[in-house]
Amino acid sequence: MLRINNLQASVDTKQILTGLNLEVKPGEVHAIMGPNGSGKSTLASVLAGRDAYEVEGGEVYFNDKDLLDMSPEDRAREGLFLAFQYPVEIPGVSNINFLKTAVNEIREYKGLPPMEAKAFLARVKEKQKLVEFDAKLTNRSLNEGFSGGEKKRNEVFQLAMLEPKLSILDETDSGLDIDALRVVAHGVNQLRSANNAFIVITHYQRLLDYIVPDFVHVLYKGKIVRSGTKELALELEEKGYDWLKETVDAQNAI
Amino acid sequence: MNTEISNVLLKSLEHGFQADNVQRDEIHSLRKVAFDRFMEQGFPEVKHEEWRNSGIQRVVNKAFSIHGQEQVLEASTPNQAAIPNLDALTIATLNGKLQDVTDLEGQIPGLRILPFEQAKQDPTFLAHFAKYADKTSNPFVALNTAFSQGGYFLHLAPGCKLERPLHIIHVAGAESALMYHSRNLILVEAGAEAEVVESFISQSGSVETLGNHVTEVLVEESGVLEHYYIQTAGQESHYLNHTEITQRKGSLYNHYNCNLPGAQFVRNNINVRLQDENVESHLYGINLTAGDQLVDNHTEVDHLLPHCESYEWYKNIIQESSTVIFNGKIFVREDAQKTNAFQQNNNMLFGDQALIFTKPQLEIFADDVKCSHGCTIGQFDDEALFYLQSRGIGRDQAQVLLVHAFAFDVTERFKNKAVKQYVDHLIEAGMILNHQLQA
Repeated sequence: MLRINNLQASVDTKQILTGLNLEVKPGEVHAIMGPNGSGKSTLASVLAGRDAYEVEGGEVYFNDKDLLDMSPEDRAREGLFLAFQYPVEIPGVSNINFLKTAVNEIREYKGLPPMEAKAFLARVKEKQKLVEFDAKLTNRSLNEGFSGGEKKRNEVFQLAMLEPKLSILDETDSGLDIDALRVVAHGVNQLRSANNAFIVITHYQRLLDYIVPDFVHVLYKGKIVRSGTKELALELEEKGYDWLKETVDAQNAI
Repeated sequence: MNTEISNVLLKSLEHGFQADNVQRDEIHSLRKVAFDRFMEQGFPEVKHEEWRNSGIQRVVNKAFSIHGQEQVLEASTPNQAAIPNLDALTIATLNGKLQDVTDLEGQIPGLRILPFEQAKQDPTFLAHFAKYADKTSNPFVALNTAFSQGGYFLHLAPGCKLERPLHIIHVAGAESALMYHSRNLILVEAGAEAEVVESFISQSGSVETLGNHVTEVLVEESGVLEHYYIQTAGQESHYLNHTEITQRKGSLYNHYNCNLPGAQFVRNNINVRLQDENVESHLYGINLTAGDQLVDNHTEVDHLLPHCESYEWYKNIIQESSTVIFNGKIFVREDAQKTNAFQQNNNMLFGDQALIFTKPQLEIFADDVKCSHGCTIGQFDDEALFYLQSRGIGRDQAQVLLVHAFAFDVTERFKNKAVKQYVDHLIEAGMILNHQLQA
């Protein structure tokens, strides 16, 4: 589904990703961990197509299409979804109108007619229930006045509405208390299937207790330095990142 | 007086006033006084505080003449300004002159619409003519009083509540460069209520026009007037629009001022005098500009007596190399205790060449009042744009959503939903989007 080969990217001429490789197949959940500044959020931004990031080398294929060649909206229409670390508040754009526009633009891209109002609202109701997001959405502006937890739940709700093939959760656990974390994780687990995949970016092992990954990767200085299964996350939790940093830096020194 | 920079127009005016038969009519003595007042002042000079940055010199320096040749009004032209789903009584003007309104005569009890030429023989009209706007120092009002040859008198008798809005479509159209003077009076008598939508358009094939419109509005006790301006004219048109509103006890006046890509030059003076107690006034503005358009809105809200409320909100979206000026004055006079006055101006700039001059002014002479004013200038929020794109919404559509969102605080206040929808549509149509830039 996703193939990243030797990806190199920079922001403001500072190189952040230094040759990253990753392959994600349908049905898989990959966790990406790593110390501050290792390039985790940069990876998410580059994949989603954020403007400020410059790709300097490597390639990314999403369902055998060149992802880096596409506009951010086309990436979304092809089935990529980024759950933002800091969801944006947009006063004056209603939640419902926003979602309807998004759903219908994606449908149009796929050659489908716009969704009927009734069917759309039924789907909103169904998905809200599925991800336990009970905020009133009609007559409210997008994320405006939402608490941190509500904003993150709204991200998962949007994910449920748009039914992407690959979802990237960028530190979705940051700023959440344990109850909110559980709700968000439960929502994600409801949406897991054999046909879609997730990349979960996180600092802490805690989230992975709830969203159990198939693979765990450690990102350091812009590349993946260690991959393993969920046990790797536990090891990291116990030992911290320093032991890994030391090993990697020592190898590089040779 | 600055004769050098504006000699063509000025000559046409001077000569016109001597020769034309306007001076022989019922209001000749008022015209004479006004003309002398104008000649004393002349056109505003570059450093005139009220006309700073307005580029008015460039406009009066063009070869306009009051003797310019008018076009013939095509029957289909007013349709350009049709507002979908607005069930209105529609009338049209050509260069300010009211077209045939005989089919409206006597249709609605209490409503009278007279062309200026007839109105100036009407005692009610004469009781108000030149009593309000002429007290200001605007030289173009003096010019209008001296030369006005067209316009309408809209009279609502006490208690007359119009069920349908009145849509007045002002068409500008000339064969040779024309300055025209249109004089209007809206008299809303006690307890009367009306909704008046004024559209400003130009006829295809027209050369440059300069419309000098003066509209005096009197809202008597407990009267209500909803008043819309929608400018979508062609770029050959220029407007000087002075609107002078006087309100009496318990009355409500709402003004909605919408300017869209089109007219090269628009100067609005909108003055509201809250001359009694318990008066409420709202001034809303939406200006979306493009090209090298200049839209200048000067407003004055004058609180003269206690227990009044005014609320003003202008939003400007300035694209390409266009310029917008907002100058909002609020006076709270010594007697106007318990005044509640609010003013807000927000601006969004698109592009390196777009310009905004904004000047909120508050002058308070009373000590027990609640007043606030604020102003912001910003650009597009790239993060918001990316957020929308990352959900599959195309860049153009995302921009439209964000501009609607910006305008929303003002457009949601539009009482008439058909007009709101129409203006929302005009905003969308007036946006310079990415795909157009690339084309």
